[in-house]
Amino acid sequence: MGRFIARRILAGISLLFVITSAAYFLLYLSGGDVARNLLGPTASDAQVAAKATELGLDQPLLNRYWDWLSGALTGDFGTSWASRAPVTELLSGRVAVTLTIVVAAVIVSGIGAVVLGSLASSRGGWVDRTIQVASLVGAAVPGFLIAMVLVLVVAINLGWFEPTGYINPSTSITGWLSTAVLPITALAVAGVAGVTQQVRGSMLDERRKDYVRTLECRGLSSRTITYQHVLRNASGPALNVLALMFVAMLGGAVVVEQVFSIPGLGKLTVTSTLSSDVPVIMGIVVVTVVLVVILNLLIDLLQAWLNPKVRLS
Amino acid sequence: MTAPLAPTPRVATRRRASLLRSVLRQPLGAVALAVIALFVIVAIIGPWIVPGDAYTAHLDAILLPPGPDHILGTDPSGRDVLSRLIIATRSSMLGAAIALVVAAAIGISTGLIAGYYRGWFESVFSYGASLFLALPSMVVLLAARSVIGPNLWWAMVIFGVIVSPAFYRLTFATVAGVRHELYVDAARTSGLSDVRIVGRHILSVVRAPVIIQAAGIAGVAIGIQAGLEFLGMGDAKLITWGGMLNDGFQAIYRQPWLLAWPTLALVLISVALTLVANTLRDVLERSSSARRSRSSEQAPAVYTIPAGTALSVRDLEVAYGDDKAKQAVVVRNVSFDVAPGEVLGLVGESGSGKTQTAFAILDVLPGGGRITAGCVALAGKVTTQAERAHERGRSVAYIPQEPMSNLDPSYTIGAQLTKPMRKCAKMTKTEANANALRLLNRVGIANPERVMGLYPHQVSGGMAQRVLIAGAIATEPDVLIADEPTTALDVTVQAEVLDLLRDLQAEFGMAMVIVTHNFGVVADICDRVAVMQDGSIVETGDVESVFDHPQHPYTRELLGAILDDASVRELPSPTTTNGVLS
Repeated sequence: MGRFIARRILAGISLLFVITSAAYFLLYLSGGDVARNLLGPTASDAQVAAKATELGLDQPLLNRYWDWLSGALTGDFGTSWASRAPVTELLSGRVAVTLTIVVAAVIVSGIGAVVLGSLASSRGGWVDRTIQVASLVGAAVPGFLIAMVLVLVVAINLGWFEPTGYINPSTSITGWLSTAVLPITALAVAGVAGVTQQVRGSMLDERRKDYVRTLECRGLSSRTITYQHVLRNASGPALNVLALMFVAMLGGAVVVEQVFSIPGLGKLTVTSTLSSDVPVIMGIVVVTVVLVVILNLLIDLLQAWLNPKVRLS
Repeated sequence: MTAPLAPTPRVATRRRASLLRSVLRQPLGAVALAVIALFVIVAIIGPWIVPGDAYTAHLDAILLPPGPDHILGTDPSGRDVLSRLIIATRSSMLGAAIALVVAAAIGISTGLIAGYYRGWFESVFSYGASLFLALPSMVVLLAARSVIGPNLWWAMVIFGVIVSPAFYRLTFATVAGVRHELYVDAARTSGLSDVRIVGRHILSVVRAPVIIQAAGIAGVAIGIQAGLEFLGMGDAKLITWGGMLNDGFQAIYRQPWLLAWPTLALVLISVALTLVANTLRDVLERSSSARRSRSSEQAPAVYTIPAGTALSVRDLEVAYGDDKAKQAVVVRNVSFDVAPGEVLGLVGESGSGKTQTAFAILDVLPGGGRITAGCVALAGKVTTQAERAHERGRSVAYIPQEPMSNLDPSYTIGAQLTKPMRKCAKMTKTEANANALRLLNRVGIANPERVMGLYPHQVSGGMAQRVLIAGAIATEPDVLIADEPTTALDVTVQAEVLDLLRDLQAEFGMAMVIVTHNFGVVADICDRVAVMQDGSIVETGDVESVFDHPQHPYTRELLGAILDDASVRELPSPTTTNGVLS
């Protein structure tokens, strides 16, 4: 088990290193004349050259990469080109906001999918058909459209929740709920739908296996078999889909945060993209990949706990 | 790359045409395909059919409600909403097409290479796929936008690269799966080049799943493109649904309906694409029903059951399929009695209906199967389906054929043995543990304490079968149904397990039904034998008289084949059964 965890952590670190390095070179190589882009077409050549020196762009790329990497290892991602603030400072407050919302959406997706998926696969008939159609539609509709419909109908017309803004859960839990429920819902719809389809499918596959018949013949009730045996064995593929959903939700959060004016990573991504603020974007890429690696590790541990073959090999 | 990979055209068109036809036959699939076709047509002819001015701002016509001049009203700049909606269709569809072509080209080619050659191709490509899967595409697209500027087409190319692992994984898994199929081996030994093999034999296998995946990816591409434009990251010169959503969102308090039209367009096309993918999957897999269909309780015909039998079956008929006209009958008119302490062998070839009969007695017929006539009586009393379900694990027990697949891989052997004792026999944990140890000991397992803590994949097939036998006799049942209990075991273990069954049967005085294709087993353990063919019993009698004087030609045939049937296996699936019958 210890070796298993160590292997997964090493794989995660290598993934982080490869992606961020590739991102660094792609962003700096494909950017063209960064100083000129930042200053605009009216700036003089001397101004542009001065800007390039100020940002360190006159140094060879490999040197800059080495500086960035050694800084990043100590948690220093440089300074923003646009605001001159340290990137770490810009990121720190926002990661928690986005992570809170996305993790809540992942949890809602997991629970919702287990309930709906096992219901659909064990009940059959119209329950199954309704859940199937709903999960198809839910997975197909982009999350930010759902976000806009929620703003329009639930927040503006019904007035049940705040249409925009964000209150930290540490400030007020009810305030957090009033601002976070709609964005979480908007993100979770696709999550619930996608994972439900997987849970339903793997439970149907699992239910056809021989051991289910044998357990039935040992006198166990269908409820016990469904929830303690079929669901447990079907959870592996479903957890993999949930991990992919987390990645998708990190991306979806960018647009959803924009709809609800939430000061998270997404909002920062949008403003830095518009100002071509490459150091901030690099910081965002690193944080995103770290989050994905950590979640994948957690999912792996969960898999190992559920599946003895993973744990014992 | 594409030219030599193209499959033989004649076969391809025929298959594709029939696939299309079967999707059209499903009402939802037909509607969804029609919606997609409509969007494609609008994308092509859009600029020629617009009713109004999509481009120029008209400050005298801002935010007009729907009316005769502007069917869907005007936007905050006074431009005709319907016209903009129509014009925007082209960039959405084209963007999705670009993403799809890029993703498919990269994903399918790398998947074919990695799946066919394996080795370091597989390591490199799979690692690359895992990199892309760890990245949220929206973040990548924004990062790219920050350096290359607002360009929808490049964004869609990049998106195609990011989602290519979807095609890669699918192609890789399929190709790796069929690579060692006999027909591929045969093609290789007959000297066909790799490219020909891939084109002719392998590409045809991945085509269907790729089409399904493509429909899904097109939907995601359209959605993410709209998201980018909604964020204001798109090309300002292009009219797009996402851009219209942005306009509408700015005016959400003044004219909320502006949001509705691009939303509707996006939802329609996304749902249509998913529905087509789903219909295709259903058509290809033909498995959409969730639960086994339960039999409607058969009419209470009056059966006289002789007193003192442990198990009686009368006029049993088992059928698959809900439709009366199309259903396949796999067991018909089967009747027999088993007295307490008696062993009946149910003998026949694969598909003769013997396992189906056993499953019907236990009420564990697989999906779609049900008893359509006749009855099963336990201890001289005709049972309902619910009563039979209740007696499972109490007075009726079951020993399966494949020991490994009949244990739940996630639980220890101890947990699987004790759980039914605690649930059905209401034992405490300590009682159940003691009982399980005693039973494991009784079935000849040397170190029961250790085995209790093992998982199924850690024990041998013979030991797993002993565990299953221990579980079956845990409640000292009156009737034991054993479905080919020795077939899957090593020859040396077979005799031991058979001895064990005989001893246990004698010790508990159980009535036993042994389903087998092996007359050796029958001779060894059975008192009486019923020979089944095509779902019916053709001959029944004492073992000795059937062996010495077989009456039915089929029995004589089976007896004559004793010497060479040692390796025959039976698959208990209804499809095999149907196949034999039809």
